[in-house]
Amino acid sequence: MTNPLVAAPADTVAGEVVLRLTDVVKTFPGVRALDGVQLEVRAGEVHCLLGQNGAGKSTLIKVLAGVHRPDSGEVEWRGEPASFANPQAAMRAGIATIYQELDLVEDLSVAENAFLGHEPRRLGFVRRGHMARRTRQILARLGHPEIPPGRLVRHLPAAGKQIVSMARALSHEARLIIMDEPSAVLAHDEVGNLFRIIRELTAQGIAVIYISHRLEEIREIGDRVTVLKDGRTTAANLPARATPTNDLVARMTGRTIEYVFPERPADETAGAELLRVDGLTRPGEFADVSLAVRAGEIVGIAGLVGSGRSELLETIYGARRAQAGTVRMGGRTLRPGSVGAAVRAGMGMAPEERKSQALLLGEPIYRNVTLATFGRYARLGFTDAGRERAEADRIADSLELRPRDIRRPVRTLSGGNQQKVVVGRWLLGDTRLLLLDEPTRGVDVGARAELYQVIRSLAARGVGVLLVSSEVPEVLGLADRVLVMREGRVVREAPAGEIDEDTVLDLVMAGSLMEGAPA
Amino acid sequence: MSETTPTAAPERAAGLPAQSPPVDRAETAKSDAPARLSWWRGDGGEGARRNLGLLATLLVLVVIGILTRPDLYGNASWVWGNTLTILKLASVVGVVTVGMTFVIIGGGIDLSVGAIVALAGVWCTTVATQSYGAGGMIFSALTVGLAVGLVNGLLISYGRLVPFIATLAMMVAARGLAAEISDKQTQVSNDTFINGIASTNVLGIPLLVYILAAVVVAGWVLLNRTTFGRRTVAVGGNPEAARLAGINVRRHTLLLYGLSGLCCGIAAIMLTSQATSAQAAMANLYELDAIAAAIIGGTLLSGGRGTIVGSLLGVIIFSTITNLFAINGLSTEAQNMVKGGIIVAAVLVQQVQFGSLTQFLRRNRATSTT
Ligand SMILES: Nc1ncnc2c1ncn2[C@@H]1O[C@H](COP(=O)(O)OP(=O)(O)OP(=O)(O)O)[C@@H](O)[C@H]1O
Ligand SMILES: [Mg+2]
Repeated sequence: MTNPLVAAPADTVAGEVVLRLTDVVKTFPGVRALDGVQLEVRAGEVHCLLGQNGAGKSTLIKVLAGVHRPDSGEVEWRGEPASFANPQAAMRAGIATIYQELDLVEDLSVAENAFLGHEPRRLGFVRRGHMARRTRQILARLGHPEIPPGRLVRHLPAAGKQIVSMARALSHEARLIIMDEPSAVLAHDEVGNLFRIIRELTAQGIAVIYISHRLEEIREIGDRVTVLKDGRTTAANLPARATPTNDLVARMTGRTIEYVFPERPADETAGAELLRVDGLTRPGEFADVSLAVRAGEIVGIAGLVGSGRSELLETIYGARRAQAGTVRMGGRTLRPGSVGAAVRAGMGMAPEERKSQALLLGEPIYRNVTLATFGRYARLGFTDAGRERAEADRIADSLELRPRDIRRPVRTLSGGNQQKVVVGRWLLGDTRLLLLDEPTRGVDVGARAELYQVIRSLAARGVGVLLVSSEVPEVLGLADRVLVMREGRVVREAPAGEIDEDTVLDLVMAGSLMEGAPA
Repeated sequence: MSETTPTAAPERAAGLPAQSPPVDRAETAKSDAPARLSWWRGDGGEGARRNLGLLATLLVLVVIGILTRPDLYGNASWVWGNTLTILKLASVVGVVTVGMTFVIIGGGIDLSVGAIVALAGVWCTTVATQSYGAGGMIFSALTVGLAVGLVNGLLISYGRLVPFIATLAMMVAARGLAAEISDKQTQVSNDTFINGIASTNVLGIPLLVYILAAVVVAGWVLLNRTTFGRRTVAVGGNPEAARLAGINVRRHTLLLYGLSGLCCGIAAIMLTSQATSAQAAMANLYELDAIAAAIIGGTLLSGGRGTIVGSLLGVIIFSTITNLFAINGLSTEAQNMVKGGIIVAAVLVQQVQFGSLTQFLRRNRATSTT
């Protein structure tokens, strides 16, 4: 092996070093999350952190943000040794953080969340008007003047919440802004917005630490890259644009990934029609949607966040009740608004928000994996823990879950690994139709390829798949047939081979330019 | 976005040996430690650790007893007899607490348990019911308990009332009905079988203690070994996730309150037997004892976690305190103060243990600023 620590000579960033970590170690019971991390961040640069799920990226930034105290190692902040006792201390020192898991207070307003902990006050009273005004400014800067500062965060969609946590980071006079997978819940155009803001920030000399599993984003916005693997820095300060992709992947994973999307089966003999949706409508969310999925077919839905994709999926699954239209499985009409009926008919759904919609955070991994199937392994109402663990082990292997100990609480898993648990749940049992809502959110490149493989092999076994993803390449690469949704309507349907990324993007974006116009 | 997800050719793996995925698991080495630690953490390990803490608390209480009344504790047969007294004292509330534990783990609360016990007790001791003999009395107590519990459940799951409100209303209504039926009189039980339950000993141990043991064992099996128990944890831990996993959350919620009501029916028979009578004011404030016992036993008030063994230890700790005050001839007022203190301490411990430090800090940050 070559020396893993390759300090790149390319010194593209001129700014002085604001942050330096040396040999930082952080252990949790049974896991060495950080095992000697080196990191150097300069003023005015976008420093990207790369690494597989569970490599320690989020742990590292929590150390910087004062959430975790490192066991050993040095943190040098603006030339002086620093140790942040709590998040407030880090913020006062000028480090603002956007966490991977949203940490908003649902029952406070947008403005109150943005200024949580540092509300502008006079004589002990919060200056509400001033706070609302500044929030409005920040939101406008983020390209979202339409979000009302007074709205409760509970009533915002996932993407809106992400904007609010960005607004919170911008509300500080920070010298370093850390973003942990900010783009995971953002639509394509939102990511563009985010990048514009990042450029503004760095132009002012503010440093940004940026975490993402999407390499193309790192190419676009990053200056230098530090790669973590198993809690160690395996490469520091690589030039973000010049380093070959496979080099990055190899340093992250210790191996190469030859192909990402599995090949489609040559013979176009998809089976009988499995799902048929006719004229499904929920006012304000989607209207008159008709589609079909055949056995063994993967159908992808592309569209912006807010185009009604997730709502459509949830309605097909019975989690929401349609105002009009029918859902049929294998020719039989399903009772509207009944998840039980959908599950009995062979449907399974991996929902969009893993924390609030899918996981029992305090329960062991294996019980989360078998949450939808434990009844099937039971005899006379008595659960079969051995069988459950065996099945969960199988899933954990096929999705490269780490750490592999399936008795740990799900809460202690990294974000990407939690996502694998959510998807893995429906790989068990005899699901005939799989509804996947952003299945690869936060999943690293290696595991992503595994996941695609698993989905394709399910389809080969005759399972129908309906896939929603914000990543157009994912929809085009994995699906056999593509539906494009805009403002609650299906505007295009085509075999995946006959449509390309630009066409999809054009279709998807067209609506966002003419706000409110009927599609 | 021309460059999409990477497609790395093998020959470009600069300096890194091409490894096949199964071999390349540095994590396997990493996960050795958790595997060894898992008995401690896995499957209810946190609960087990907490239960050790409760046992330690119990031990401290016994030591206090020994220090304050060395004269009594010197006598082995008194100690045995006193232990049985404590267990007997715990038995009725214990049965109610098992049902309560299920309800709380399932994300609810049942304030009506004391009232259900009273209603079931009064119902089964009316002249009309007593004419059917012991079988009729037991049957009616269980049926009334179950039925009232199911009404709670219906109001909450299908009527979408908040559990606190629904069971608070039931608490008032059931006591009212009990007073109405009994005409505010104490109804004496004339059935020798019923009256004999509380005074019977089997192998030197009161029958009531066996009943408690049976309910606790049944509750433990139900919670830890059946699909019903798993659904309870899921429904309480994350109702949305449970629903999307295909669990019928409403029906399950209904059943949970039914179960709690059934436990109250059992408790009503035990209590009626102890007093050889029933009245509308019986089982006063049992809801508080049962909730408090479940909470100090480690059941999370917000749902999703709790253990039957912890709840049992909670009940026993409370009756040990009562007993401690009794053998020292102290007032019930002082006793209630101590109980209150213990509840607060238990909840504080719960916050620190269950939330990771992160959550704890964030919660503080959020609350300190709102
Ligand atoms: N509170 C915790 N208790 C125990 N282990 C933890 C805890 N938090 C994180 N870990 C472990 O630390 C390791 C690093 O996790 P971390 O969240 O930093 O990964 P990550 O690089 O951010 O991954 P991802 O890309 O999936 O977000 C993982 O093995 C994880 O299971
Ligand atoms: Mg992370």
